[in-house]
Amino acid sequence: MNSMLEKLSPLLFTIAIFVLWEAVCRIFKIDRFILPAPSEAFAAMIQYWRPLMRHSFVTLWTTMAGFGIAVAFGIALGLIVGWSRTIYRGLYPVMIGFNCIPKVAVVPILIMWFGIGEVPAILTAFLISFFPIVVNVATGLATMEPELEDVLRALGARKLDIMLKVGIPRTQPYLFGSLKVAITLAFVGTVVSETVGANAGLGYQIALAGSNFQMPLVFAALLLLAFEGIAMYAVFAWMEGHFTRWAFRSSMSAAA
Amino acid sequence: MSASVDIDDVTLTYRGVSGGVLALKGTSLNVRRGEFAAVVGPSGCGKSSLMKLVTGLMPPDTGSIVISGEKVSGPVKIAGMAFQNPNLLPWRKVIDNVLLPLEIVQPYRSNFRREKVQYRAQAEALLKTVGLDGFGDRYPWELSGGMQQRVSLCRALIHQPALLMLDEPFAALDAFTREELWCVLRDLWQRIKFTVILVTHDLREATFLADTIHVMSSRPGHIVMSKTIELPRPRELEDCFKPQFTDIVHELRVKIGEVRQA
Repeated sequence: MNSMLEKLSPLLFTIAIFVLWEAVCRIFKIDRFILPAPSEAFAAMIQYWRPLMRHSFVTLWTTMAGFGIAVAFGIALGLIVGWSRTIYRGLYPVMIGFNCIPKVAVVPILIMWFGIGEVPAILTAFLISFFPIVVNVATGLATMEPELEDVLRALGARKLDIMLKVGIPRTQPYLFGSLKVAITLAFVGTVVSETVGANAGLGYQIALAGSNFQMPLVFAALLLLAFEGIAMYAVFAWMEGHFTRWAFRSSMSAAA
Repeated sequence: MSASVDIDDVTLTYRGVSGGVLALKGTSLNVRRGEFAAVVGPSGCGKSSLMKLVTGLMPPDTGSIVISGEKVSGPVKIAGMAFQNPNLLPWRKVIDNVLLPLEIVQPYRSNFRREKVQYRAQAEALLKTVGLDGFGDRYPWELSGGMQQRVSLCRALIHQPALLMLDEPFAALDAFTREELWCVLRDLWQRIKFTVILVTHDLREATFLADTIHVMSSRPGHIVMSKTIELPRPRELEDCFKPQFTDIVHELRVKIGEVRQA
């Protein structure tokens, strides 16, 4: 009974928040131009389902494209950075500096270069999400137990052997952990870019509906965005559990 | 099959941020082929540095290390190592952890795919000798600390190394498991007769297992006493309570007390 409740609790909490939101809107008679009730947002979702589906799909695929590039680039750079201390020390300040630049500030540059459309959105999603992947992969490599490295080196293992047999497998939990963070960041990047300059996507829809004072539609788009984020997060959380079960098990056995 | 080790007048300095630390100074040590040598000493005396020197993971500043007549100038490739922490790979099954050295050391490396069935059988046999029959398909985290350390020993021995280097391998175990593993190591060594250098804090462990015990001074470390243990073999745990045994432990304890004072 209790575990049933625990399983259902995400759903129950979500419903509770919507009910509370609806109640607040009705009790205090909040103007729909300030904060529409969820019922109005869902009504807008049904009314405008065709454009919303189209924009949702654009946002989803541009986000996934940017995220895909971020994963490939992030893993490659993370392996390079984690490989050598010199590269690690040399590149780290540059990467931190780059990560501190608000990506909103980069979007106009990308639009200048590539024009209005999907490309700036993909690139913004990539730029905002690769950093945690690099840091986590590099950390996974850098925190390898020195004794284990000694064991292998005393057998005559080359650096590449150590990386393939130990370094890369042991970074997997770090990598999958970072993917969960990166995918949500990628959505932020896409939407920021779509809001600043695009002619499709949920960000564009939000900006457009906002300027037309269609607040229920704005919230409908926001809810869809949140839903896409949760769905992709769930996919990577599942992958993490599936591929790196040993990491969770081993920490559990250490606690026991 | 087994290796001899000659360490001659070795000096080693660690270069740290706050200047160098002299870890070893004028250290000399000889280990015959097939001998079981133990190195004991106060903590921080450079015992572990000695391990890194002998396996060629670190070059000495001065002096030389010769293994089976050949001067060490890089990682030796013939050594098996085990440490206080078993350091098993949690994503590999026990059997694949044991097989890891064969994926790296020649000639096994080149034959690994072709001979995998035979290598697995060897690994299973080795696991059986340390009392882990049938545990090959478990993951390391399903095993107790003592069992993990047995796996670590198997991994150190699977490629039939001429030299086994042990750095306080039993220090993290409880007293009973530790004594059990002394016997495991004793039996393995008597069967295969590889050369062993065992670094330990435990004087009873050293006395029970070793042919010769070398006592190191505090830093900078050098050998202040080498004692041949004349106790007859095979030794049993019961022997640890005989007066000859406790006399040796007592003598070593007094010596270490002296070097700690100095």
